[in-house]
Amino acid sequence: MTRSLLLAAALLAGVAPSVQAGPLRWARAGDSLTLDPHAKNEGPTHTLAHQIYEPLLIRDASGGLEPALATDWAPSPQDPGVWVFNLRQGVTFQDGAAFDSADVVFSLNRARSGRSDMKELLASVTGLRATGPYQVEIVTEGPNPILPGNLTNIFIMDEDWARANDAVEVQNISAGEVSFAATHANGTGPYSLVSRDPDVKTVLTQNPGYWGRGTFALQVTDIVFTPIQNPATRVAALLTGEVDFIQDVPVQDLNRVAAEPGLELRSAPQNRVIFFGLNMGAPDLQSDDVEGVNPLADARVRQAMNIALNRDAIRQVVMRGQSRPTGVIAPPFVNGWTAELDRVPATDVTRAKALMARAGFEDGFAIRLDCPNDRYVNDEAICQAAVGMLAQIGISVALDAKPKAQHFPLIANGTTDFYLLGWGVPTYDSEYIFNFLIHSRDDMRGSWNATGYSNPDLDAKIEALASETDMDARNAAIAEIWQVVQAETLYLPIHDQVLNWGATAKLGLAANPEDLPRFKYATLN
Amino acid sequence: MMGRAADGAIGRGQSLARTPRALLSLGVLAGLVLAAIGAPLLAPHDPFDPATLDLMNGFTAPMTHNPYTGDLFWLGADDQGRDVFSAILFGLRISLFVGMSAVALAAMLGVSLGLLAGYLGGWVDGLTMRAADVQLTFPAILVAMLIFGVAKGITPVAYRDEMAIWVLILAIGLSDWVPFARVVRGAAMVEASRDYVLAARLSGRSGPAIMLRHILPNVLSPVLVIATIGLAQAIVTEATLSFLGIGAPPTQPSLGTLIRTGQSYLFSGEWWILAFPAATLLALALAVNLLGDWLRDRLNPVLQ
Repeated sequence: MTRSLLLAAALLAGVAPSVQAGPLRWARAGDSLTLDPHAKNEGPTHTLAHQIYEPLLIRDASGGLEPALATDWAPSPQDPGVWVFNLRQGVTFQDGAAFDSADVVFSLNRARSGRSDMKELLASVTGLRATGPYQVEIVTEGPNPILPGNLTNIFIMDEDWARANDAVEVQNISAGEVSFAATHANGTGPYSLVSRDPDVKTVLTQNPGYWGRGTFALQVTDIVFTPIQNPATRVAALLTGEVDFIQDVPVQDLNRVAAEPGLELRSAPQNRVIFFGLNMGAPDLQSDDVEGVNPLADARVRQAMNIALNRDAIRQVVMRGQSRPTGVIAPPFVNGWTAELDRVPATDVTRAKALMARAGFEDGFAIRLDCPNDRYVNDEAICQAAVGMLAQIGISVALDAKPKAQHFPLIANGTTDFYLLGWGVPTYDSEYIFNFLIHSRDDMRGSWNATGYSNPDLDAKIEALASETDMDARNAAIAEIWQVVQAETLYLPIHDQVLNWGATAKLGLAANPEDLPRFKYATLN
Repeated sequence: MMGRAADGAIGRGQSLARTPRALLSLGVLAGLVLAAIGAPLLAPHDPFDPATLDLMNGFTAPMTHNPYTGDLFWLGADDQGRDVFSAILFGLRISLFVGMSAVALAAMLGVSLGLLAGYLGGWVDGLTMRAADVQLTFPAILVAMLIFGVAKGITPVAYRDEMAIWVLILAIGLSDWVPFARVVRGAAMVEASRDYVLAARLSGRSGPAIMLRHILPNVLSPVLVIATIGLAQAIVTEATLSFLGIGAPPTQPSLGTLIRTGQSYLFSGEWWILAFPAATLLALALAVNLLGDWLRDRLNPVLQ
């Protein structure tokens, strides 16, 4: 019976219009920083990880939550401070080991351990329990209504594999450590790792045991991922057919790609804001020319810098219209964003100079700006533009542009005075921004906050957000925190990115605000 | 043979006049060098002062008025609104300065080692020439990249930009000494066995004195040829390193740095950001090379 069914299916497949399947060559400016799924909370790192590993749930194209390794989830009827997740059955890891609740407990504990860069997302978690082979309970400090939305980038590893390969500890990437988990991968995802040469080439192939066979398109059989930092080389690779898909079409080449027969441009507003960070907390700065004082500690200097920036010029010339200038470090997708916060500060060089003079820096000062050159759209050009704008108020900026693999450790280690950073918000909620970027840097939170800012009152308000169940009260608290952040000019927001994917027309894959292609959905017709 | 002609060959003005190609090269080179020297006077803008830049001037085409600011740029403006003409003048300065200093360093090193090896012979000769052989097996650009990387690694971050130019000179100079050493060694060996050197030795002159006063002047003319061709090479090596993003920093752009910026805008039609610096580099390298060729022919007794 089964055999004849299979035979019929095979015959049918032969007659029906054949479904295309094949490899996909994918390029973007920068590589994933590590394969360790909990070591670095960074977009391109997660994008590669999403092909190999899976979280309990993911976001769909519209930002809603979709089951992945969990099939359903709900607060416990007995205790609102507990979330119950029912897990998918019959899932195996790529090495053949079975997936169960022990792996989830292990992975979530790993993700909230000290070295993890994902721990802010689980800061409200106080305990994890496996209540059955396919059921897990997550205990939070008070009821946390938004916890499921925090889990979309927390990947599940195989506990036995991690223990057997000395990968229980999260890789210490900022100290330059290279661990087994950073160079090997074993997830439950649709693609498994074939080979990886960091910054050169990563090859993935379809996982034959994937649970989603039959559910997802899975027409991409193999993935060859190549980082191409140079924008001209990257777009040339797409135009000549050397690659099928580039995730970041240079803004100057949008028309060229759109006009090319057989290629398509896919654009979407991105859930990512680009801004400058200022080390206001250090008693003295390493890179400045003022002895014994930190000029950035003076709010007037930060305000002067904020209004010296001409965001419209950056949008028009550097970004060629592919950005949305903003006055707050939250994209409009985020709960807590308001049009009032978003209002772009008017450029006013005269007032900026007056503020500098009142702060005692009428002659300006010198400082170094650390900038990545392979992460965000035209990141280095944005920094160069800022050098010119800040020079007009007497701040002499020495620009140090380098690959993100060298840039991000400066932020993690707090060894930068002035830096460019972009922040995507996978939870679509302000709490994520506060936890990583505003909260004082301590064991649990503030890992991406290199400003040295510390405000215990504000910290308490941020921590309280996780257990506030009254959504109106929670939103009021969020608004209150944003008021403080804006009044302090903690960061200098620049713009929200517009993402532009370029692909061969046969690749069926829509752009999403997370800038996260999931190739299991892709079709090749 | 080649050494003796040194005094007479160089200054023959008529010969140069009778070679239009060489004359043209000399003219182009002289023009470029003068433009580089006079850059602060000639350039309409100071490309090193970021306070004078207006981002809204970005991507202004050559000889057109910017629609927002109304500014006009002869050779257009780059992505940051920098005047391409001024950037080329200042870039030329850095390219020529790095090229000449690197060749001077390479020549000093190569000539000294070659003289020692040729005059002393023995293990000094063996050691120097084996070192030269080893270095020749690597392309000069790789050696330069290696030296540049190591030097950049040991310079404190704060001084990196200021040091970049000197590191560049060191890297190119150290990777280019071999041709000098080889030629000088050969010539020095020939000279060392001549009667006048023997006479000097018998009259009790010291080794260093014989090398510097007697042998050196007689081996200099091939050095001049190598130096000229080496200058073209050094300029191109510097441009290559800067193009790869490991040479002159963006705050002190050389021609290679300008070409690196410009090539991002080739597909989008902003050709002037790349074309003008590239044409300048081509003219410079070609002029120096043709001049070197002419010099080689002039100093070659066989071709006289």
